Amino acid sequence: MRVFIEGIGLVGPGLENWPAARAVLAGAAAYEPAPVRLQPVTLLPPAERRRSGMTVKLAIATGVEALAQAGRDAIDMPMVFAASGGDGDTLHETLATLATEQREVSPTKFHNSVHNAPSGYWAVATGSRVPSVSLSAYDASFSAGLLEAAVQATVHDHPVTLIAYDVPYPEPLQAIRPMAAMVGVALVLTPHRTDRAFAALTIDMADATADATQMADAELERLRLGNPAARALPLLAAIARADSAIIHLDGIVLAVTPV
Amino acid sequence: MQPLLVSQFSIVSSIGAGQAATLASLRAGTSGLRPGALETVALPTYTGAVEGLADFRLPETFAAFDCRNNRLAEMALRQDGFADAVAAAVARYGARRIGLFLGTSTSGSLHAELAYQARDPVTGALPETFDYERTHNIASLMRYLSERLGITGPSFVVSCACASTAKTFGSAARMIEAGLCDAAIVGGADSLCLTTLYGFHSLSLNAPGPCRPFDAARDGISIGEAAGFALLEKPSAHADSEAVMLLGVGESNDAYHMSSPHPEGIGARLAMERALAAAGLAPRDIDYINLHGTATLVGDAAEDIAVSTVFGGDTPCSSTKGQTGHTLGAAGIVEAIVSALAIRHGLLPGSPNTETVDPSFHSRYQIASEPARVDSVLSNSFGFGGSNCSLIFGKQR
Repeated sequence: MRVFIEGIGLVGPGLENWPAARAVLAGAAAYEPAPVRLQPVTLLPPAERRRSGMTVKLAIATGVEALAQAGRDAIDMPMVFAASGGDGDTLHETLATLATEQREVSPTKFHNSVHNAPSGYWAVATGSRVPSVSLSAYDASFSAGLLEAAVQATVHDHPVTLIAYDVPYPEPLQAIRPMAAMVGVALVLTPHRTDRAFAALTIDMADATADATQMADAELERLRLGNPAARALPLLAAIARADSAIIHLDGIVLAVTPV
Repeated sequence: MQPLLVSQFSIVSSIGAGQAATLASLRAGTSGLRPGALETVALPTYTGAVEGLADFRLPETFAAFDCRNNRLAEMALRQDGFADAVAAAVARYGARRIGLFLGTSTSGSLHAELAYQARDPVTGALPETFDYERTHNIASLMRYLSERLGITGPSFVVSCACASTAKTFGSAARMIEAGLCDAAIVGGADSLCLTTLYGFHSLSLNAPGPCRPFDAARDGISIGEAAGFALLEKPSAHADSEAVMLLGVGESNDAYHMSSPHPEGIGARLAMERALAAAGLAPRDIDYINLHGTATLVGDAAEDIAVSTVFGGDTPCSSTKGQTGHTLGAAGIVEAIVSALAIRHGLLPGSPNTETVDPSFHSRYQIASEPARVDSVLSNSFGFGGSNCSLIFGKQR
């Protein structure tokens, strides 16, 4: 299965966006971890921005960056949202409320608690009625999302955008599900080579137990292991280097070539 | 799309365990809805709870996965020879050529809710026995079935609220068409938990009595729980003329609101139209529509507009949620199986508790179940976030 990449969105600690992170991922500049600075999500109307949780803001900011680079409109863009879990603050507050006598859950928190909240807010913000899917495969969520997105692009012969994201949980959840920092990765995939395409991906299934490709930089490797969306970093590093590479992710193997 | 054979399916809901009990209940129009909910819940509402979950145990080697949702899933695996059918498929295709596309909305939420109640009073820490990855996480169901059934093909869990398990059919059909697997297990489980009981209560959407879909006096949903699975294969495998096929999948977004459907049912209409287009069928080819029909004021009205816009007013339709309750993320697989049973056994399912259909509605609502030749069924599932999915099942053409 072969797809092409037309746009990348990236948000992470010390990785402000794709153009800024490129040199770091290519190994041409030193990686300096820094708190994530999320750009204001102007795509969301102010009321929605107030109501939405951090996963929504992160996913939308990442997706907007990728679509802008690809020069594509969201209105007819099928979307795949991949995250290991839901919005941590929403989850914690809901569970804490349900552990009290009153159990008075807020209606907004309740609808924000669904795994497909970013997809729902994205559709409201963009007005897009084309299909989207929200999925999880725990730490393998990026691979699963990439597979679903590439299959959709191939079978429907239409561009598809993948947004993978995960946000750390507050305590006491962080203790049982530690996560390094918030990370969002978005890819605009097309089934055919276009003028805007800058990389080709050949995707095959692989043994799930095969070792994943690691990051050369120790801090970036820690980040890769610390957030399921950051499992995309070795792929992004190969694209940043603009050379051909074989990248092993969870259960899939990618042949990456610049075009 | 390329039609797929539904070669085996299994179900557990409040109306019974297995195809035979489910079919008998659909024929008789019995309801699994009862007053009350989980032990500690004092809400004035009815629920469709599955009996026997409290004492049910997973196989010993899988004890780490123990939670209400995985118990429900295990219960469904044991019905209708489903686990055996999967073993036969593994022998035929190989474990790596079988996909696992499951759905849930709340996964092991109840387990996490109980863990929060048992936090350390001093440190606030969760009990050490709480296994987040194997119970509460959305992907818990995938890991459980993958280890339990020995499946190593492409796998994930779709979580799109109440459209979750319907959408697993779409992912499976695409993966098989792309050649990444030869067969797929779809479906999933959703179980009762405080999050949904109190969450729908906060939206004033829980009916005080058993839910009455499409009734003029409908006043909200009854939450249910269920698990169900289907094995999908390419039709060349071993199809007979009575086999039920997946003919079409249509998906859409409302792009309207997080928890209210589009009032004119635009997203619902798009999902139905796309399913018909994928199946290469016209509206007149559909013999019965299994509605989403949760019995909310707004939701049923929007779906009636969408259905009558696409189908006119002659196609029999009903919601079976008066029987099973709204099983949330499991509604798609439950109603896919209701559709398959309707086709295989010649049945138009009815809608117990519904007495007077809303006089402003235009679709042909089926209150009492009746025998009829049913060659093709469209089934609707719509969820929070405006996520919509319609499935079409039919006999081999």
